[in-house]
Amino acid sequence: MSNIAAIFKKQLKDTWGNKTVLIQFIMFPILTLIMNNAVIIDGMPENFFVNLFAVMYIGMAPLTSMAAVIGEEKEKNTLRVLMMSNVKPYQYLLGIGSYIWAACMIGAVVVCMAGSYKPQERLYFMMIMAVGILASLLIGAAIGIWSKTQIMASSVAVPVMMVFSFMPMLSMFNTTIGKIAKFIYSEQISIMLNRINSMHLEMDNICIMVVNVFFFAAIFTIAYRKCGLE
Amino acid sequence: MSHAMIANELSLRFAGKQILDSVSFEIQTGEIFGLLGPSGAGKTTLIKILTGQLTQDSGYARLLGKDTKELSAFEHEKIGIMMDSFGLYDRLSVYDNLVFYADIYHVPHKRIADILKSIDLYDHRNKAVSKLSKGMKNRLSLARALMNHAKILFLDEPTSGLDPVTTKEIHAVLTEQRKRGATIFLTTHNMFEAESLCDHVALLNEGEIIEYGKPTDICRKYNYLNKFRVTLKDGEMVILENSSASALQMKEYLEKGVIEAIHSTEPTLESVFTQLTGKELDCYE
Repeated sequence: MSNIAAIFKKQLKDTWGNKTVLIQFIMFPILTLIMNNAVIIDGMPENFFVNLFAVMYIGMAPLTSMAAVIGEEKEKNTLRVLMMSNVKPYQYLLGIGSYIWAACMIGAVVVCMAGSYKPQERLYFMMIMAVGILASLLIGAAIGIWSKTQIMASSVAVPVMMVFSFMPMLSMFNTTIGKIAKFIYSEQISIMLNRINSMHLEMDNICIMVVNVFFFAAIFTIAYRKCGLE
Repeated sequence: MSHAMIANELSLRFAGKQILDSVSFEIQTGEIFGLLGPSGAGKTTLIKILTGQLTQDSGYARLLGKDTKELSAFEHEKIGIMMDSFGLYDRLSVYDNLVFYADIYHVPHKRIADILKSIDLYDHRNKAVSKLSKGMKNRLSLARALMNHAKILFLDEPTSGLDPVTTKEIHAVLTEQRKRGATIFLTTHNMFEAESLCDHVALLNEGEIIEYGKPTDICRKYNYLNKFRVTLKDGEMVILENSSASALQMKEYLEKGVIEAIHSTEPTLESVFTQLTGKELDCYE
């Protein structure tokens, strides 16, 4: 437990100097605040920008940050030294993962506060965000583990992130994309956030989310077994 | 005295190349062992096997009595590693890098200041690692390896590319660690370092140990020439064979009081290595 806390603390200090990761954490919450207050269009659904950017935030920040952090640690050999210092792989992944999850959840709080929700809806919003961030973390970790360098991690993470972040938005304009997008977790999150007033979860929403999380967990396990943390 | 490390017939082949070929040696607890060889000889690979980062094709290695294939967190807690690639967090300060490892090793933070003072980095403690020179990074990497009072220190080229003053400082730290009872395994291509610091050395060339023993014993073993160099007060230099004729000549010099200095001409580790491998010094880094 103390090793996980030490890694969490180290990552917190490191983020202040790591503009690539820092910008991921703060960009969408700030954009949400600005757009939600500055752009008002007649007929625009309530919390339109909040829902839109919340989904993009989930698809982007945890995935790219996790992949970039692991990729960089592998590239600079800090991970190798860490593994030789009584730190177990699960402790490292939990330390980094919990930090990125917490940082993204703080961003999610900002996004949530920008929307006009009732207290119960805010709780529901945060729960959806928590699960979505976790799913993105798993796929980000798999990419980081598979990559040997930070550049390699980013070159894989960016297209994957774009698929998860933008498909829900594109599905609004194209039915074919919509048919495909409904099988990915970010689209399901978008649907759930748009129905937040009813506080109602459909069975197919839950099933698709669970399948996505298990699928990413499986990819992560395969990547870990194949490449490890070395 | 017990063995801190044993390597027996270690072999490793990678991408069609024999990286290590039947490497064997034993290291006693509390000694400084030097693995010497040019770049690409297999030194770092051997460290990786001994620390459980890599698995050999054949042979076995034991660290603190345990097979290196089965090293656990328990053994890792007892070793300190300084790699040639540093493995430091560039954006963190010198101090924060050590705070992190102090937390990992459950070492009180007050130890950090002592270590930083011992390697002369205390005044730079708030500098980001990215702003440090190579020598400073080397010292910080050593500081990290010393953090947990390791029983065994693995130091990969600890003084590579450093100026003589920094090299001397690092040697002093290593000698201090030996006094404390730590076993030190260091790789180097600096033969002078090996001669002055190591209790035992192994010369590694193309994955094979070509000589092993105490530095003085190795030098004596290859002292084929067995000659003496006498420098006279008038500046003349005379080479004398180890023979009765030379004894008479020496007697004469002594009686006349013309001798300025006498030196034996036994080989250095460097010349032994060159002699055994046929490789010139230019091929070293």
